[in-house]
Amino acid sequence: MKILIVDDFSTMRRIIKNLLRELGFNNTLEADDGSTALPMLKSGGFDFLITDWNMPNMEGIALLKAVRADPELKSLPVLMVTAEAKRDQIVEAAQAGVNGYIVKPFTAETLKEKIDKIFERLDTQG
Amino acid sequence: MDSDDERLSLQLDLARRLVERLEASDLTGGDELIRQLRLPYERELFEELGKLTRELHEALNSFRGDSRLIELTRDEIPDAKERLNYVVSMTEQATHRTLNALDEAMPIAESLHERAGRLRAQWSRFRNRELSVNEFRELARELDEFLLRGEQETERVKSLLSEILMAQDYQDLTGQIIRRVIRLVQELEESLVGLIRLSSARMDRPQLTTAANADADESVAADIRGQGPIVPNTHDTVADVVNGQDDVDALLSSLGF
Repeated sequence: MKILIVDDFSTMRRIIKNLLRELGFNNTLEADDGSTALPMLKSGGFDFLITDWNMPNMEGIALLKAVRADPELKSLPVLMVTAEAKRDQIVEAAQAGVNGYIVKPFTAETLKEKIDKIFERLDTQG
Repeated sequence: MDSDDERLSLQLDLARRLVERLEASDLTGGDELIRQLRLPYERELFEELGKLTRELHEALNSFRGDSRLIELTRDEIPDAKERLNYVVSMTEQATHRTLNALDEAMPIAESLHERAGRLRAQWSRFRNRELSVNEFRELARELDEFLLRGEQETERVKSLLSEILMAQDYQDLTGQIIRRVIRLVQELEESLVGLIRLSSARMDRPQLTTAANADADESVAADIRGQGPIVPNTHDTVADVVNGQDDVDALLSSLGF
């Protein structure tokens, strides 16, 4: 399972990377915003995307939309981990096809729960 | 050039007729000619006055129209103070969270270290066959307890280290808030520069209006644009926001998630 972590704060990327390692996901790569993440995703091989929303250049919501618009990437599971807490934003992300939404600050348990839920649902669908 | 010549001959003609009138002691006719001579200058004066009035009007309008500056001073500056206060309390909380975990973990590590040292000494006496049967029984009991408690205590240390890991999320959250304040300071600086330009002798209004326009364009997608964490006691809370993960889950499940 190869996972891309996208956040403009390297501290948050490290936290998520550490938590994922605890959960047994050791194959992670990092990007600091949507515009660096997209080419990495397009180069292939990723099974899961975890992204922040509020980032310079290309925000998480734009990255999500770009992923869903790309024929190669459109079914990639996307989990949003963000401090953005407006209902409009969560609805927007849902409509854009996000698979999970975690609001910061979050706990290790929440991350585990949402990842499990995403894969559970994908298994029943697939 | 032609119109200047024309004007000159017109004025010259009027002047000659004025002299004629005055020599004929016709004061009324003279006055009428003086009025005609003055006419072009009056028109110029009125035009200049009209231009000044228009400029004054525009300056006042853009002064009043720069509502962004009013918004900045009335809402955003007090909010910025509140944001920075929130950053101070968040960093304080994160540091206490880290230090609390350290305060608990450190004695556990020290005690594990100390007991391991004591057992190692006894163990090496056992290997050198220096222990009596009773001493060996005691060592076996101590070893049992050490292994059992060691397992529990290292588990506890691991969870305290996770607590320290999660406490570091403040850097991201406060960083987003501080960056927002930096953007505000920058915007305020631009607005003030515009205001100074406006009030200085040579007016340079375009600067101010483009700043205002740019802001209007940005506000198109403002609902959706990333803004960072919601800060209590600011205008952030006016927006319809969720209150923690449970709210997010409830909202998503209402959308069929």
